[in-house]
Amino acid sequence: MTNTAPTRTLVIEREVPHSPEKVWRALTEGPLIEEWLMKNDFQPVVGHRFNFRSTPVPNWDGVIDCEVLVLEPNARLSYSWGTMGMTSVVAWTLTPTKGGTHVRIEQTGFRSEQDAAYKGATYGWTKFIGNLERVVARLD
Amino acid sequence: MQAVANDVFKALSDPTRRAIFERLSRDGEQTVHALTDDSGVSQPAVSKHLGILKNAKLVRDRREGRETHYRAQPQALAPLIDWMSVYGAFWRDRFDQLENLLKRMDK
Repeated sequence: MTNTAPTRTLVIEREVPHSPEKVWRALTEGPLIEEWLMKNDFQPVVGHRFNFRSTPVPNWDGVIDCEVLVLEPNARLSYSWGTMGMTSVVAWTLTPTKGGTHVRIEQTGFRSEQDAAYKGATYGWTKFIGNLERVVARLD
Repeated sequence: MQAVANDVFKALSDPTRRAIFERLSRDGEQTVHALTDDSGVSQPAVSKHLGILKNAKLVRDRREGRETHYRAQPQALAPLIDWMSVYGAFWRDRFDQLENLLKRMDK
């Protein structure tokens, strides 16, 4: 382990049997976002700063600081994602397919900063990985 | 890297171990006795859990007289942060919820 972790990219892709317009609504309308992701004050405006809010736990206030970076209706959405000493960028790409939409999410730019940056966040992390049993089942 | 992350994941996949680790993270160094008193399980069981946490480098121990003291090693979570397993699981889970929402939006 080092403190000079390179930038990394996480990519998850799925095809859903729904139109890009509908997926776009789920990604950009605050009340709909809350239903699948988190409470938020998202606005579909480039440069808009907003928060996602999860339940606070000791040493983590549950807040993710974001800013809208890219907004191309029904096609591309991107926002910064800053929490617990890490800054990254989340980018959604929607591509129409025969039966619906290919949805791609990419999260880039993880920097594990110095120890101190996440020492205080330990307890928060254990909350964040609350679904560990399921994760472990996939590892084997 | 992946093997290390697996150790950490497996160590934290047990609710009792997670509770012990959270307690050490929150309250600082504790003796095995103190951890046993609050855990609702036997001391040998607590010691076994601590051994697994120690193996994953999530805790460190030191002897003082007849007591062993344990403290959390938060930097051991670094493999998770660097490896992004956490976010991988997080987004897959959210993706499931997104699909559920999309289904409901039809109605």
